[in-house]
Amino acid sequence: MDIKKVHIVIPIVMAGIIGYLGTKIMDIKKVHIVIPIVMAGIIGYFGTEIMDIKKVHILIPIVMAGIIGYLGIPHISRPSSQPVRQVDLDETSLVISRMSYPQPFVDKPQRTDVLLMSPWLAPIMWEGTFNRDILNAQYRQKKFVVGVATFAVKKYVRFIEGFLGSANKFFLSGHRVNFYLFTDHPEKVPSMKLAPEKSLFIIPVQNYSRWQDISMNRMDIISNRIRTHWHYEVDYLYSMDIDVQMFEHIGVEIIDTLVGTISSWQYTKPRDSNSYERRPESRAAIPSGEGDFYYAASFYGGSVSEVYKLTTACFKGVTEDRANGIEAKWHEESHLNKYLLYHKPTRLLSPEYYWDEELPRPQIIRVKRLSSVRKDLEEVRS
Amino acid sequence: MEICLFFLLHFRRHDLLESGEICSHTLPNPHSHICLDDSLEWASPLPSILPSLPRNLLHETTICRREARPAFPRWVFVLLCRLSYPQPRSLDQKRLDVLTLTPWLAPIVWEGTFNSELLDSAYKPLNLTIGVTAFAIGKYTMFVGRFVESAEKLFMKGYRVNYYIFTNDPQVIPRVQLQPGRSLSIVPIKKYSHWQEISMRRMEAINRHIAEVSHREVNYLFCLDIDMVFHNPWGVETLGEMVAAIHPGYYNVPRSQFPYERRSSSAAFIPDSQGDFYYAGAVFGGLLKQVYEFTRACHMTILADKANGIMAAWQEESHLNKRFFSHKPSKLLSPEYVWDDTKPKPPEVRLIRFSTVNKDYKEIRD
Repeated sequence: MDIKKVHIVIPIVMAGIIGYLGTKIMDIKKVHIVIPIVMAGIIGYFGTEIMDIKKVHILIPIVMAGIIGYLGIPHISRPSSQPVRQVDLDETSLVISRMSYPQPFVDKPQRTDVLLMSPWLAPIMWEGTFNRDILNAQYRQKKFVVGVATFAVKKYVRFIEGFLGSANKFFLSGHRVNFYLFTDHPEKVPSMKLAPEKSLFIIPVQNYSRWQDISMNRMDIISNRIRTHWHYEVDYLYSMDIDVQMFEHIGVEIIDTLVGTISSWQYTKPRDSNSYERRPESRAAIPSGEGDFYYAASFYGGSVSEVYKLTTACFKGVTEDRANGIEAKWHEESHLNKYLLYHKPTRLLSPEYYWDEELPRPQIIRVKRLSSVRKDLEEVRS
Repeated sequence: MEICLFFLLHFRRHDLLESGEICSHTLPNPHSHICLDDSLEWASPLPSILPSLPRNLLHETTICRREARPAFPRWVFVLLCRLSYPQPRSLDQKRLDVLTLTPWLAPIVWEGTFNSELLDSAYKPLNLTIGVTAFAIGKYTMFVGRFVESAEKLFMKGYRVNYYIFTNDPQVIPRVQLQPGRSLSIVPIKKYSHWQEISMRRMEAINRHIAEVSHREVNYLFCLDIDMVFHNPWGVETLGEMVAAIHPGYYNVPRSQFPYERRSSSAAFIPDSQGDFYYAGAVFGGLLKQVYEFTRACHMTILADKANGIMAAWQEESHLNKRFFSHKPSKLLSPEYVWDDTKPKPPEVRLIRFSTVNKDYKEIRD
């Protein structure tokens, strides 16, 4: 036969086609396809220039291409192999099976500078310890609705825009959230464009002359609202202060049955220095020698039923204290701390999730997700 | 000095009765209360996996809220009296040498990460019953005695435990003295000719047994290998929705070296670039309903492979790994909970709780 350089193209093209089909169906690595191509190239070059090319030599890459094809073809003609893997795969696992993320190594902890789990095995959320893509894939399928309760009473209405604007961007981005804004000035709520999954409900409330009362009565309002409305409307509910802004994503890692945030002022303190209420006359009293963490009342939540129990119990404590003429040191936060000491949260949020703006941020707080807004406390509370 | 007065079970219904009835007024049942976390369904003494039983028959509550289930139905541990324990400190990580949390936030249980007393005080009042399945087929019956004896001393001490020993030869199973509140039942099972077949049929057998028997008797179920012995306490820190154990031979190895099934024609296939951990087939467990689903799913993929004439590299362990990759476990047990006695103990493994018994495989598998 009259072998021309043109004919060398044939096995190369064949190898290319089989390689393309092979990588789609089998685990042929791209490397394997190079072999016949290179061989064809070498034979072609040396054969025509130096060596005595015989028809036989051209068979070699063709045979190789044939072998690779033979191994690849059974997988094309076995359609059952596809449905078998699809058996029992739901959306989450389909998404997970397509994900690419670094392997977690058992002997390589992600963070050694902070506590990642409480002694009752509740995870503590710190940057670097979780993969939000996996969590989103697991969460999305469940179609939960999360509610956020926040109060903007009297002068606090000025914080609404900052709160909603940043929450719209950073809070459970891509997931359904109902913001329930309680205010005594509904007319002052700015009109804001929210993402399609986010909804805003404005609920008028009464204001009180003392800011402490406004703060403490939130528990009562939330508890009532759960009973009348929210247990139908949402699965999870979070209570947040309005005078905050979000700077980084707060995602589905916060979703759990009962969630408390570790206070940014007191996360390093020994339990006896924590600002728990200590006077035994108060319902919020925690004896010395007890206490896990100091939780911030600015951000807590959980399943709608657990939050119901929490707010009901805390407000009961507030009412009993009022009847006894005593007010806990840090108002409803003291009652919250007592509740969470004896009803252990199933998940904890690090101070990344509520950082007080007045504090300088140390290295271990790698990310400031939510932070209070600078304000003149005396002025805004008047 | 801690004065432990008493710990009360935090029954959610009870609490709501105290705090004021919540009437779901759209339903006729006069005893309407909010039906809370569906996890209660499985922890009550009479859980039922039969779909025909409506939930309101299970615990006299009705619900008119949206049909939804919390993502992570976890127990909220309630303490009603003083318990003295060291304060957890935010900057004080107990184990600096190991991973204690997976990227999907499942705890990895190592010695030092949990407080047993705290957990016991929360779990004991719940009156749970924990089941254990183990297969003793052919010559493997010789391991039953040591397994059960060591479990009596170290497995879930103080809790109600039901052992289910699956065997083809009930006569040779020794009668071991059991603590009060613990029982052993023998489940007769067919012996297959090949040990691989025996191994793979376990998923089906466990699944069937849950549907027929154990759903009435236990809240949590662990499926363990019989040719192993307990050396140190195994307690309620291991309880979770779906629990897997990290294989002792592969816990510090890159994922491409995990002995996953690598042939794409198998239903247990996991490519080189994927995988979190290599889990041991010798230990898995969780809430009864989750174990039922898990064993069903594994059995389905095993059958699919059978239909295609392929057997996975490590039998049902490969299928278990595939399932745990796509449906991640909610809690992981460190290799302390499934150790291989032939391996030297590394510093990360401070305590060996459950480990293999040395044996001659050729001799016992024939």
